Amino acid sequence: MNWIKEIFFRLRNEPMGIFGLVLVLLVVLCAVFAPFLVTHDPNALDIVNRLAGPSADHWMGTDQLGRDVFSRVVMGSRIAVWVALVTVSLSLGIGLVLGMMAGYGPKWMDSGLLLLFDTLRSFPTIMFALALVTVFGPSLQTVIIVIVATTFPVYGRMVRTQTQALAGNEFIVAEEAMGAGMMRVLGVHILPNIVGPLFIVASMDIPVVITIEAGLSFLGVGVRPPTPSWGAILNDGYAYIRNTPWIIIFGGIPLIVTTLGFTFLGESMRDMFDPKLRKDL
Amino acid sequence: MMTQPVLDISNLSVDYQTPRGTVQALRHIHLQVPPAKVVGLVGESGCGKSTLISAVIRLMAENAHVAEGEIRFMGLDLQAMSAAELRGIRGRDISMVFQDPMTALNPVLTIGRQMKDIQYRDPLSGKKKRERAARMLERVGISDGLSRLDNYPHQFSGGMRQRITIAMALLVKPKLLIADEPTTALDATLEVQIIRLLKDLQTDFQCAILFISHHLNVIAELCDYVGVMYAGELVEKGTVRDIFHRPGHPYTRSLLECDPSVIEEPTRFLPTIPGDIPSLIDLPEGCIFQDRCEKVMSVCRKTQPPAVHLAEHHTAACHFLEE
Amino acid sequence: MLFYLLKRVGLAVVIVVVAVVLLYSMIHVVPGDPASVILGPRATPEMKQELHKLMGLDRPFVVQVVSFLGKVARGNLGMDFFSQRPVAEIVFKQLDETLVLVLASITWAMLLGIPLGCYSAVFRNTFSDKLVGVFSIGVIAVPSFVVALYSLLFFAVTLKWLPAIGAGESGQFLDQARHLILPAFAIGLGWVGYIARLVRASMLEVLNENHIRRARAFGLPETTIVFHYALKLAILPTVTLLGTGIGRLISSAVFAEIVFARPGIGKLIFDSVVSRNYPLVMGAVVVSTVLFVLSTTISDSINAMLDPRVRERL
Repeated sequence: MNWIKEIFFRLRNEPMGIFGLVLVLLVVLCAVFAPFLVTHDPNALDIVNRLAGPSADHWMGTDQLGRDVFSRVVMGSRIAVWVALVTVSLSLGIGLVLGMMAGYGPKWMDSGLLLLFDTLRSFPTIMFALALVTVFGPSLQTVIIVIVATTFPVYGRMVRTQTQALAGNEFIVAEEAMGAGMMRVLGVHILPNIVGPLFIVASMDIPVVITIEAGLSFLGVGVRPPTPSWGAILNDGYAYIRNTPWIIIFGGIPLIVTTLGFTFLGESMRDMFDPKLRKDL
Repeated sequence: MMTQPVLDISNLSVDYQTPRGTVQALRHIHLQVPPAKVVGLVGESGCGKSTLISAVIRLMAENAHVAEGEIRFMGLDLQAMSAAELRGIRGRDISMVFQDPMTALNPVLTIGRQMKDIQYRDPLSGKKKRERAARMLERVGISDGLSRLDNYPHQFSGGMRQRITIAMALLVKPKLLIADEPTTALDATLEVQIIRLLKDLQTDFQCAILFISHHLNVIAELCDYVGVMYAGELVEKGTVRDIFHRPGHPYTRSLLECDPSVIEEPTRFLPTIPGDIPSLIDLPEGCIFQDRCEKVMSVCRKTQPPAVHLAEHHTAACHFLEE
Repeated sequence: MLFYLLKRVGLAVVIVVVAVVLLYSMIHVVPGDPASVILGPRATPEMKQELHKLMGLDRPFVVQVVSFLGKVARGNLGMDFFSQRPVAEIVFKQLDETLVLVLASITWAMLLGIPLGCYSAVFRNTFSDKLVGVFSIGVIAVPSFVVALYSLLFFAVTLKWLPAIGAGESGQFLDQARHLILPAFAIGLGWVGYIARLVRASMLEVLNENHIRRARAFGLPETTIVFHYALKLAILPTVTLLGTGIGRLISSAVFAEIVFARPGIGKLIFDSVVSRNYPLVMGAVVVSTVLFVLSTTISDSINAMLDPRVRERL
């Protein structure tokens, strides 16, 4: 856990990183405490007050069904964070397992898995999503499947490369000679060495993943109404863009904040750990 | 030396700021290059030769700065000049030949373009500049100069590329040519050719040369005067005969003994100087060579040795020589 | 070198084949019958069977896949049932429109990104450099469809300076150009950051090389050095690295077309998805996948030609 302390220590010198961290914390806390932060029921209709601008009662105005935009935005943070967590964990998990198998296992397994990785990576995500949606219909699950399927190959490749590099190392061979099984070698030796770079890549993936979900929901092929994903809110805003600008304005802000926050934080962390940039060497 | 030296370095000290501390890369360097003479600088890697050159042409690294001293070119204070004035001198009065011919030329531009560019200050027509360049190429031994101007660097061998860089350096008719280990990256036969070429050209063009190398045989053949550097200090300087026939400083003597080209009998053991260069951040008190010197005395560990005058142009900084 | 190229192209072909098979399986091996969807709820079993025969769905699965692959290889992407025109024809016509948009976006991104990158490299570590750095990261991070929505809202709907919908009158160059401005801006903005960063990194490397030092030692003016000696070298690796961003470019184009209601492959796919038009969706996705694989193969190959280390990584 030392490296967490090290991160915070180094972060003090990076204004961009600090700014990113603040934004990230804002979003995460909002997601965690969402039910306490909402001012109205996100799904409560109030047709009389539809498409209203910001006011004391509705801080961000209302949408076409009179629902409070602020509350929907706040609940939307839950969806964003949830999607990020689930997809990145699944991708990491699958990538880790398959990558280690590819790196450590027999050649045919390696070649087969490599082919799988490269094929899945060659689909432009949106296209793949649209194709799947044609078949399975729109839903959050479909979106998650698409995102996981197109992102785990990246982790798989990284893990594979690292595993291959480490598998040839002397101490691994020594362990094997002493009878250590594959699981032990993978878990005790290979895993700790990969965690660092994987963590950084994963953190850079989070804004990408959130953007994809938002984008798909915006297109209407993601979450089903009335789920208040930020993308869905933007969809509503787009449909009524000539009636009121506020839905789009307020729907876009959380996305911008989240993507900027995670990206600034991720870039800062990457800079910190890039050996070429370390000033104390 | 009665006439004004082309290059006059007095009491030059250069520091580098690093996270680990201040590296005193050059300390109290006094060196002069007389007009139309060749001065050689010899020393191991890391002794500060490159830092010295960078300081002269003021293309130093960002964390380097001149702590004290003056560098005068033809009487002008180089340190006091503005960047624009300095740029005016570079490539016209002072020119350089670098060590690695493979990377010294821009790979995506033709030789002709590069040789034309360095003449940018001349009011000649483009055609005339090309002709000058072509003639220079032939002067350094590259036949068919005019058509070869349209070739790219990778179409020339290493030896030819070094000739090209020499051609470029002399094309601008400098008063001072600084050559930074120009033959180190070449094999022995090429080295001989290049040195002969430089000798010829120097006689023809009558320019002064500051020649840096750690190949002693080359220094002996080409230079009129020699300076010996060790760990940032100029420990000895004199005429080439002084240095090679009557070396004063123990370091110079060891260098000459250890030079592989002087070994006459077959042997398995190449003599080396035991020990390492001291840290340039924490300098020892006293003489810089104390830890590796066979003649070391107690005074060496306490005070810096003064420059002892051994002959008209010959000085060495050593306590042992004071008797 | 040649060996690497062959391997790479071979891999690309295999990827496309596997991708097509995957797509085909997804769409046709799913509970739910394409025929029912196409014919609607009042279709009789005889009609469905007739359509099955027509679509070749009554043959064993492997035969279906192989036959489809064969057709794709010959450029036949099937027929669109609703309009009875070949899918390939429809898709490629829309591809043209998308390509225009993509070209315009990359062009303006380069026009701004390359100078920014140069400026950053020359004035390394100054405040302006850091500012450009943060700006670059920022625009890469923000989703392009959000930028598209805001520009639409701001410039088209509120200020009414630029048109909001469509591609303009065909044949009218100026009108089409006006319609291109906002979508190209939205797509290109992220790329400005990406290109600026690539150029900066590349220039920094080149500016450190020996021949640049030598050029400076000859007193050449800084502008000559930066623009004629350094930039020429720095550009090439930048261009090849752009190939890896193609996937994002395709996605951005899809969104821009939908937000600004422009014709193009994105809008085509979207509309087909909504109407469950399988052949069209298949055709469009196959074409964009092939394009994607093609561009990454080309950029990888150029990369390998320039950097021998890349060849080991295959």
